[in-house]
Amino acid sequence: MATLPEVSDSASPRGEPWVWFTGLGLVVGLVMIAGLLALVLWNGAKVFWAPPVPEARLKDGRTLLGQLAQRRVKPSSPANAPRYERQYQVGLRELNGQSFLWVDESEVVSESFPADVVGLERMENGPAFVRPVALVRADGSRLEASSPGFFPALLAEVERAESVRRRHSVLVRDAIGGVNAAMESARIDLRRAEDKGGDLVPIRTRIAALEKEYAALRERAEAVLAEAGKGGLESRDGAGRSVVSPSLTLVRAWLPNRMGPGERFGLMMSRVREFVFDEPREANTEGGLFPAMFGTLVMTVFMSLLVTPFGVIAAIYLREYAAQGPVLRAVRISVNNLAGVPSIVFGVFGLGFFVYVLGGSVDRLFFADQLKYNNNTPVFGTGGLLWCSLTLALMTLPVVIVATEEALAAVPRGMREASLAAGASKWQTVRHILLPASAPGILTGIILAMARGAGEVAPLMLVGVVKLAPTLPFDGTAPFLHLDRKFMHLGFHVYDLGFQSPDSDAARPMVFATTLLLIILVVALNLGAIWIRNRLRRRFRGAAF
Amino acid sequence: MPTMTAPTPARIKVRPAAENDGRKDFISIRDFGFWYGDKKALDGMTLDIPERQVVAFIGPSGCGKSTLLRNLNRMNDLIDGVRHEGDILIKGRSIYDPGLEVISLRRRVGMVFQKSNPFPKSIFENVVYALRVVGVTDRGALEEACETSLRKAALWDEVKDRLDDNALGLSGGQMQRLCIARAIANRPEILLMDEPCSALDPIATGKIEELIHELKVQFTIVIVTHSMQQAARVSDRTAFFYLGKLVEYDTTEKIFMNPSQAQTEAYISGRFG
Repeated sequence: MATLPEVSDSASPRGEPWVWFTGLGLVVGLVMIAGLLALVLWNGAKVFWAPPVPEARLKDGRTLLGQLAQRRVKPSSPANAPRYERQYQVGLRELNGQSFLWVDESEVVSESFPADVVGLERMENGPAFVRPVALVRADGSRLEASSPGFFPALLAEVERAESVRRRHSVLVRDAIGGVNAAMESARIDLRRAEDKGGDLVPIRTRIAALEKEYAALRERAEAVLAEAGKGGLESRDGAGRSVVSPSLTLVRAWLPNRMGPGERFGLMMSRVREFVFDEPREANTEGGLFPAMFGTLVMTVFMSLLVTPFGVIAAIYLREYAAQGPVLRAVRISVNNLAGVPSIVFGVFGLGFFVYVLGGSVDRLFFADQLKYNNNTPVFGTGGLLWCSLTLALMTLPVVIVATEEALAAVPRGMREASLAAGASKWQTVRHILLPASAPGILTGIILAMARGAGEVAPLMLVGVVKLAPTLPFDGTAPFLHLDRKFMHLGFHVYDLGFQSPDSDAARPMVFATTLLLIILVVALNLGAIWIRNRLRRRFRGAAF
Repeated sequence: MPTMTAPTPARIKVRPAAENDGRKDFISIRDFGFWYGDKKALDGMTLDIPERQVVAFIGPSGCGKSTLLRNLNRMNDLIDGVRHEGDILIKGRSIYDPGLEVISLRRRVGMVFQKSNPFPKSIFENVVYALRVVGVTDRGALEEACETSLRKAALWDEVKDRLDDNALGLSGGQMQRLCIARAIANRPEILLMDEPCSALDPIATGKIEELIHELKVQFTIVIVTHSMQQAARVSDRTAFFYLGKLVEYDTTEKIFMNPSQAQTEAYISGRFG
C-alpha cells in the first residue's frame, strides 16, 4: 500500500519563505521611497533655514564670515586617515567673485559667532554675511551700527525698499506693459495702413499719444526708484573689506547669531512664503517659484481636460462599438505600446505637428496680418501652453484609454443586459449606466495621467516651456487665459537649476526645494482627484468594481 | 430494480388551468434552431404561447430553456458568433423582421433576470428607467408610473418613503421585485422571467409567485424555472426541454399528472436531471 509522504513541520511546505520574500520586496520599495522623500525634504528644508554664522579664523591669518553649507571628506585624502573640508557660503559676489568657498578643515584655527553679524538677502550679487558699520538713510542721515535702534532701523529700510520695488514693478508690468501692448498693435495698424493705403494720421496721433504716455510712465517709475535714495548699508566682510549694499537692493536682513528659535522659525516661514508666492530672482537661484508652480498647475489641469474626452470616447468605441477581431486587437496593442514611447519622441512630434503644422496654419489663417506686419513674429506657430498641454495629452492618452476600457469591462454584465432589456439603445446604455458606473475607474486613469503629465519635462522643453517667462499664462488682460504664451514649469526648473545654472552651488539647495514643491503639487492634484473618485464610489456603493 | 411510478399528486399540487380569452398563438415559435458558434443549442422548436397565460420552461441545465427565453427579446444577439434558423412571431409578426427595431421589440417584451440587477441609482430612477429612455420627462407621469409599477410588484408599501435611496441598499427579495417593477413600468405585453427566484428565500419566492398570478391578468408571462413545484404552482402551460429539443408541451395539469413522454415523467418525478 502506498503511503502519503509525512507532513513536515518545517516552514517551507507551507510556503512561508515566499511570504517573507514578497514582504521583503515591499519593504525594500517602501524604504527607497521613504529615503528619497526624506532626502528631498531635508535638503529642501535647508534652503529656508537660517543657521548661526561663524567667523572662521584661518592659519594663514585670513578670516571669513559665512554660513556653513557642507562638510565632506577631501577627495585626495587617504581612506584610513580621512581629512575633511568645509564649504562656507560667504555671499558677496561683488567682492569674492563667487558665493561659496572650500576650506581645508585643518586650516581653520578657530570659529566664533560674533553677535553683530548681519545676514542679508539682496537683489543682486548673492546674499551677504557682514559686520555692519553704519546705515545711510535716504535723507542722508547716518546711523552708526553701535547706536541703539540700529537693527530695527535697518529692518525699516528693508521694508521701505520692498515697497518701492513693489510699486515700481506694478508700474512697469501693468501700466507700461499695457502701453507697450497698445503700441505694438498701433504699429501693426500703421504698417498695414501704409501697405494698404489707409488713413495714417489718426494712427500716428495714437502712437504719439502712446509714446507720450510711455515717457510719462517711465518718468514716474524712475521717480519711484529715486525714492529709495542713495543710501545703503555700509559694512565690512569677514576679511575686513568694506561693502556698501544700496538700500534698493535689500530684500531681507536678520541677525543669525542673535535670533531666538521663534525668530528663526519666523524667518523660515517668511522665506517659504516668498518661495511659494513670489517670482524668482538671481537667475532663478533665489526668490520664489510662483510662476513655475502656476504654469505647472494650469498646464496639468488643461492637459487633463483635453485627454479625458479623447481617451474616454476612444475607449467607449473600442470596448462597446468596434467589432472585436484582429484589427481591434492590433489597435489595442498599438495603444498600449504608445505608452512605452519615450516622451521626448512626443515632444518632437508636438514640435513638428502641433507647433509648426497646426500652429503655423492657425497663424496663417487667423493672424495673417500680425505675421505680415510684425516681422513674422508667430503667435501660435511657436511653443506655448496649448501645445504643451496637447503634447502631454497625447502622451497620456493610452493611460486613460486603458483605464476606461478596464472600467467599462468591469461593469457587471447584468447591468448592461438590464438596460438593453428595458429598451434602451446602446448609446443610452453607455450614457446612463456604463459611464456613471465606470466613472471611478476612469478617474483612476486620469489620476495616473495627471501624475505622469505633471512630472514630465523632456517633451515640454521642445514645445513651450522656458527658463523665465515674463508673464503668467493667465492674467487680467483679455482673453485672460493666454494659451499661446510660453510658461515656466517646476520640472523644467529642476533641470535648469541643477544643470544649467551659472552658480551651481547656490542652485543646489533650490533643486531640492523645487522638487519638494513639485511632489507636493502632484500629491495635491492626486488627492483632489481621489477625493472626487471616493465621492463617486460612495454613490455607486455595492456595485462591483 | 427500480420500477416506474407515476408522480405522487400529493407532493406536487397543480393549479387548474385558467380560462383564457386571448389569442392562442400570441407568441409563435416556428422550427426554431439556434447556434452558439458551432454548437447547436436549440433544434427545431415549435410551440405557441397564448396571450395572458403563464408558460413555464422546465428541464435540466443546458437543455436550452434559457436560450429560447433570451431569444424572445433577442438578448442573445449581444453574444458574438450566434445564428438562428426558423422564426419567432409575436402577434403574427416576425421579431427578426428587418423593419422591426430590436429596441422597440424590447420595449414590448420586458425581462427579469436570474440575478437581480438593479442599477446603482435611486429606487425611483430604477423603476422609471424604461420610460426615461423613451424620452418621458414629465415628473407627474413618471411618479405615477413608478407608484403603479411598485404597487403591482408588491413593493410600494416597503419603499414608498425612500424612493430616493440607492436601490443597492434593498434586500435580495426587494431587489428582485424592484427589477420586476422596472420591467413592467413601460407596460410591455410580454414578461420574460429567467429563474427569477433562484437566489431568493422561500418567503420572497412566495411573494414573487403571488405577483406572477396578479400580473397574468395583464401580461403574457414566460418563466424559466428549475423548481418543479414552482412551475406547477404558477404556470398554465409547461414546456419540457431536453438537450436542446422540446420534448413535451401541454397544460401544466397534463404535464404533471399524466405526461405523454417517458422522459418528461422521469424528469418531473425526479429520477434524472
